[in-house]
Amino acid sequence: MAEIELRDIEKSYGETAIVKGVSLSIRDGEFLTLVGPSGCGKSTLLRIIAGLEAQNSGEVLVAGRCVDDKRPKERDVAMVFQSYALYPHLSVFDNLALPLRTRRLSFAQRLPLVGRALPGRGDVEKAIRAEIEQAASMLDIAHLLRRKPGQLSGGQRQRVALGRAMVRHPAVFLMDEPLSNLDAKLRVQMRAEIIALHRRLGVTFVYVTHDQAEAMTMSDRVAVMMDGELLQVDRPERLYRDPEDLRVAEMIGSPKINVVSRAHWVSLGASLPAGIHRNTAHLAFRPEAVGIVASGDGRLNGVVASVENLGSDIFLNVTLADGQGTVVVRTHPDASRSEAGRSVGLQIDPACLLQFDGAGMRQREVERVEAAA
Amino acid sequence: MISRFSDRRFAGRVARHAILLLTAAFALLPFVWMVSLSLKPPQEIFQADFRLWPTAFHGGENYRIALTAAPMFSFLLNGVLVCAAIFALQLLVCIPCAYALAKLRFRGRDTLFSAVLVGLLLPPQALAIPHFVMLNVFGFLDTYAALILPWAISTFGIFLLRQFFRSIPDEIIHAARLDGLGEFEIIWRIMIPMTAPALAAFGIFSVVAHWNDLFWPLIAVRRAEISTPALGILLFRDDEAGQFLGPLMAGAVIIVAPLLLAFLIAQRRFIDGLAVTTMK
Repeated sequence: MAEIELRDIEKSYGETAIVKGVSLSIRDGEFLTLVGPSGCGKSTLLRIIAGLEAQNSGEVLVAGRCVDDKRPKERDVAMVFQSYALYPHLSVFDNLALPLRTRRLSFAQRLPLVGRALPGRGDVEKAIRAEIEQAASMLDIAHLLRRKPGQLSGGQRQRVALGRAMVRHPAVFLMDEPLSNLDAKLRVQMRAEIIALHRRLGVTFVYVTHDQAEAMTMSDRVAVMMDGELLQVDRPERLYRDPEDLRVAEMIGSPKINVVSRAHWVSLGASLPAGIHRNTAHLAFRPEAVGIVASGDGRLNGVVASVENLGSDIFLNVTLADGQGTVVVRTHPDASRSEAGRSVGLQIDPACLLQFDGAGMRQREVERVEAAA
Repeated sequence: MISRFSDRRFAGRVARHAILLLTAAFALLPFVWMVSLSLKPPQEIFQADFRLWPTAFHGGENYRIALTAAPMFSFLLNGVLVCAAIFALQLLVCIPCAYALAKLRFRGRDTLFSAVLVGLLLPPQALAIPHFVMLNVFGFLDTYAALILPWAISTFGIFLLRQFFRSIPDEIIHAARLDGLGEFEIIWRIMIPMTAPALAAFGIFSVVAHWNDLFWPLIAVRRAEISTPALGILLFRDDEAGQFLGPLMAGAVIIVAPLLLAFLIAQRRFIDGLAVTTMK
């Protein structure tokens, strides 16, 4: 049972600030994903939770107790690394056994040569073997226990790394981009397995990724990080529909959200929709919020530049009338076919229009008032 | 076309191997000469015509003299003892130093590493007199300690091992810390097994250097009972040189043989250790 609480964590290397005052509380048993572009400080934050790096200021609490002066092994956390970090000279069995042996055997029992002969070691070894075999069969790697990591495929190594984290029943699982070394197909499969593992173990997972699709599909909540700051922490669907920050809106969702600046909108000669706040500088809308109408009938008009057919959806890249900027539109495959070069009108669902001010902050009050009125 | 191409390749290969054979023969010649001399009677050694194999085989006699005139076995034993002690102490010092320099972050690390590099530049001969004076102060001259202690810290070893330790990814060490290993256990269970080829290579460097070393034992030691092989063999030369050239060469063969054997056995590891190992 472990909730995690971060209070004003700051971390810098020399002059460069990596993490700037991050506060975050992670509930017990939650699957929380830290997502952000590379270099945003998310991995550093994870290593601070693990105790592998020391923060410059701020506190880390696990299960309500401050762990700042505790070493990594005393924090009851396990970590899965991007490179898996398996010990190449040990068999899979010994890789899995190492964390258990260091915890359950006394210092004397762990000594080379002498340790084997000491009383009690045999019983502990027997128990360890049984647990490893159980974990291995759960992860479907029981047949690989005698191999060395070098003889395994990427997916198998990934499972071994998960196994090594799992065997000692930690209160918190930390994962640092564990799927980014796998090919696309395996990644989707392992995603499902990690979700299943989380459900089965019921412990807290903190997962770091730069892939918004992973963040959206796996997590209970997603924390979006950029330049060392937390922008928003919310459920995936809220991040998608209700982003607080333009950078969040742009990060979440594929294809990217369409953003048209107010000045650009006006210069196109298009009327602004009702309920636009006076501070609004950017109007943003998702590809599915746009409908194709006859040229001249839409709020915005443009020319189809290219068509991407994904089978289930068709994405149209529409260049706006003045030739500046592109809007992506999602259409249904059954809808009338649009080919490149056709002039079209774009109708935007006003309920799905998001407004942001010049600093990228969401503007919502006026919109709501006028929508209600 | 194809046959001409492969002909050219064949010719290239022959040329390459011819060059390799030639240089190998050049390097081997003194050894062959030494072995040949160790088998010849004294009068044949200085004959004008050259024969690889002696007309009158005198090997038995030469090797008998080599083994009996001087306590050859005791020299060899001393050599093993001194080299083993030096290498053991070097590992004891170098491995933790190299680990700290490669993987730990602390104030002054880079300065310390520069100091190691400076140490690497100093020729050991330059330190001979200070070492001698220090050993004299401690009263260690003419003991095993005098042969061993000055070499206990190898800057070369620290440098070599640091480079290898650096090639081990940080994530493995992080994983080990999370798995509950202390720093010394990380060294023992993770770093040493992962860099075994480098340790073997360092071992060969160290043992070869100190087995063959004549300079330092000559300064530090007088007594024959604790002489290393290279120093011991000098005892032959002190006698009338010409008469004893055969046994002298026989003694040299006896001294070199263990090294050659050890190298042949460890050859694979040695080459692995020097080549850039790919670790995943």
